[in-house]
Amino acid sequence: MPAFEVLAPGGFTTVQDKGRFGFQQMGVPVCGVLDTFACDTANLLVGNDSNRAVLEITVMGPSLKFLSSMDIAVTGAKMDITLNDQPTEQWRSIRVKPGDVLTISQVQAGCRACLAVTGGIKVPPVMGSFSTYVGGGFGGFMGRPLKAGDILDAHGGDLLARERVVPEELVPDYPSHVLLRAVPGPQDDFFDQGATTLFTTQYMVTPKADRMGYRLQGEKIPIKQGMPKSIVSEPSMPGGIQIPADEQPIILLVEQTVGGYAKIATVISTDIPKVAQATPGDTISFESIDLKTAHQIYHDEKKKMAKILACM
Amino acid sequence: MTAQVYDRPFCRLAGDKGFLVEFGDGIDPRVNAQVRALARAMEKNLPPGILEVIPTYRSLLFIYDPDLMDPDRLYKLVENLDDGREDLDAEVVKVVEIPVCYGGEFGPDIGNVQAVSGLTQAQVIQVHTAPEYLIYMVGFTPGFAFLGGLDERLNTPRLNTPRMVVPKGSVGIANNQTGMYPIASPGGWQIIGRTPLNLFAPEKKDPFFYRAGDKIKFVPISESEYDRLAKKETR
Repeated sequence: MPAFEVLAPGGFTTVQDKGRFGFQQMGVPVCGVLDTFACDTANLLVGNDSNRAVLEITVMGPSLKFLSSMDIAVTGAKMDITLNDQPTEQWRSIRVKPGDVLTISQVQAGCRACLAVTGGIKVPPVMGSFSTYVGGGFGGFMGRPLKAGDILDAHGGDLLARERVVPEELVPDYPSHVLLRAVPGPQDDFFDQGATTLFTTQYMVTPKADRMGYRLQGEKIPIKQGMPKSIVSEPSMPGGIQIPADEQPIILLVEQTVGGYAKIATVISTDIPKVAQATPGDTISFESIDLKTAHQIYHDEKKKMAKILACM
Repeated sequence: MTAQVYDRPFCRLAGDKGFLVEFGDGIDPRVNAQVRALARAMEKNLPPGILEVIPTYRSLLFIYDPDLMDPDRLYKLVENLDDGREDLDAEVVKVVEIPVCYGGEFGPDIGNVQAVSGLTQAQVIQVHTAPEYLIYMVGFTPGFAFLGGLDERLNTPRLNTPRMVVPKGSVGIANNQTGMYPIASPGGWQIIGRTPLNLFAPEKKDPFFYRAGDKIKFVPISESEYDRLAKKETR
């Protein structure tokens, strides 16, 4: 069924799901939403399972005119939203009818918001996923960010019997300084003093921050004496903290497949959404944790999701 | 290419979901064969909790679900498979022929390769089409194959200024590497020709022409043959 017409596309709005898996060995990056917590929660709020396609909205929100009755929800970065010029709220389900206009404005905190609709956004699956890979020009809606005039479909389905809200204490805030937990490796043996520098000083997010990776700026992280400056190209993992020739760290994200620089540590999967919500000028500290702790955090995060589900 | 094969695979952690296994200290066909053998063995009988297996030059990344798998168990799995990996190496190698129209508007940098090598255009084409190149890995962009086996005479440095857009299908050289651009992307390789084949077709059931371990054989074609094949590809 027709879902909405794009009146204004916003800064960079793409259709994404949880990612395109199984093709990284063929050079196809995973893609998918960066803030998986926001995506899962938005889908839950409208009664979807968690792998339905959503809109990922970056910095400046779109304006959409709805074409059918459905439930929608906006989660993630804090943005002012209005429905037919009346202020409305994020982190809750909103019933819309044909002709209603939703306008999402400039971000106030964070960087990326998610918008889910009943049944999920309907686009043709490409290699098993609805995610847009803009660099490759495929997936999502015509392989590109949305433009004014685009009309998107939704799968539709049963509307909610009663509205759903995420309890306030479970809504993340998006401070301008974030602490990221990271497990040393894969190439922590390439560094000595550099590791101390990474885990004790602050880094600033530069304007070169997108879905491929976040370039940071701060104290240099040199590779230790006697180690090569690059490595044999190997697969990239979202969260990998790569140290290139200029010795300034880059946090790799979901549109990378291989790389030839040493990675000093890897941000845990639970904290990738925090990277996704950082904007240029924000500051980042890193905390070194061991794998056991990282897995405990992973399990705790799943419990948090179960708690949100129970609230609905 | 004289990299050492490790006696035992060397493992590294890549965050809370990634586990990297290395088989040798450099780029070498024997090391790479072991990487692919393990990838094939794992894929044939994918253990629960393994989400993705990504082989590259000399290492292989497993992405796992921490609810169902942990690195200790993964390491044991790898070791057990590793003991018998000689038997695993029954690899079916395809030789994939790639038609290429060399020089002219499709290969604007072939003159640079001639200048560095001292060869004529016909000789560059003859030397470039002679080998069967091993695909060590695929990555960087969809379907981009990292090939081994370029004749040393064709070793040519990258362009001083990379192009903003290298057209899809371009065939190029960068130092001791040669390769193809399956999608248009920025790049600094010396472009010597172009293939009319659609090397990456995301809408197809099998979007790819080849995979790691296959061999590539370039076949020279004329401009009229290029046009004929290009028309066939778009049909």
